[in-house]
Amino acid sequence: MHVPDGFLDAPTSVGTGVVAVAAVAVALRGARRELDDRTAPLAGLVAAFVFAVQMLNFPVASGTSGHLMGGALAAVLVGPYTAVLCTSTVFIVQALLFADGGITALGTNIVLMGLTTTLVGWVVFRALQTVLPKRLSTVAPAAGVAAFVSVPVAALLFVALYAIGGTADLSLSTLATAMVGVHVLIGIGEGVITALAVASIVAVRPDLVYGARRVMAVRELEVRPSGAAA
Amino acid sequence: MSRRRVGTGVLAAGMLLVALVLAGFVSFYADSDPDGLTKVSQDQGFAETEKDHATGDGPFAGYSADFVGGDRLSGGLAGVVGVVVVLALAGGLAFVVRRRGHAETAANGSADERVDAA
Repeated sequence: MHVPDGFLDAPTSVGTGVVAVAAVAVALRGARRELDDRTAPLAGLVAAFVFAVQMLNFPVASGTSGHLMGGALAAVLVGPYTAVLCTSTVFIVQALLFADGGITALGTNIVLMGLTTTLVGWVVFRALQTVLPKRLSTVAPAAGVAAFVSVPVAALLFVALYAIGGTADLSLSTLATAMVGVHVLIGIGEGVITALAVASIVAVRPDLVYGARRVMAVRELEVRPSGAAA
Repeated sequence: MSRRRVGTGVLAAGMLLVALVLAGFVSFYADSDPDGLTKVSQDQGFAETEKDHATGDGPFAGYSADFVGGDRLSGGLAGVVGVVVVLALAGGLAFVVRRRGHAETAANGSADERVDAA
């Protein structure tokens, strides 16, 4: 969903640019709480992984493809503040080095695909965690559902931005229907990729997965005979 | 429960390898159809409002390193360069921002160090 230059007018692009800079500033402060010597190495790798998977467009409908956005995935793996930094890095490199996503649209792309998918993904993930059993096996499915939800929400936010500063005169309801329709399908891919990636890391090092911390804490607190199945 | 813990170094190497293979090799097989937003912009008639990209003439523009021959090599090289650049920037940022030491995990630090050393 990389927005190119020209889709949104200058004031709107400046506005999203300001929001993006503010979000990164807040994330720089917040990420300090999420990253220590043990988890910091994971952050760079998660960003690199998100970049790599974003190259893998998958078919969603006739003549249409989609790819991972990655905010929910990064939030569950390394925490929401760090996720904003990881995804923002990806979009900056994509715009400057690969001409993917406009330069004037960089703020828009960080807000839509980084900030929005991270926030929505993390909120949905935490909400699911409060109702699901506190077990490691629920972390990956919850992450997948959260990732699925985050994509159409980002698509709707694009429509909202287009309503504010779109450069063409369009029917917004038609635009919304088309954007949400295709991004629900892309969201399914986002959910599957996210669930698989989170499950892979939970399987080998659940202690490094930010979104598994509460589940791990609950488990550590349970008094069980050593070696008992959790 | 049988938890197979792998060392942090092994996990990091595994993730990097997966990212490099996906970006450097698997990306060749990605769907080249327009993505969701591009397709919608074509269908709804606002695709032509897109402006030329300021860095569109760069050496890796469009995930294609045109200075090397062949689609597979050129796309793969662009992907590998992207993974390395993103890893260096985001990893460096995380390294600078992080809390020093094992504040939160001091209690079981010895166990972690055992795993890390493995």
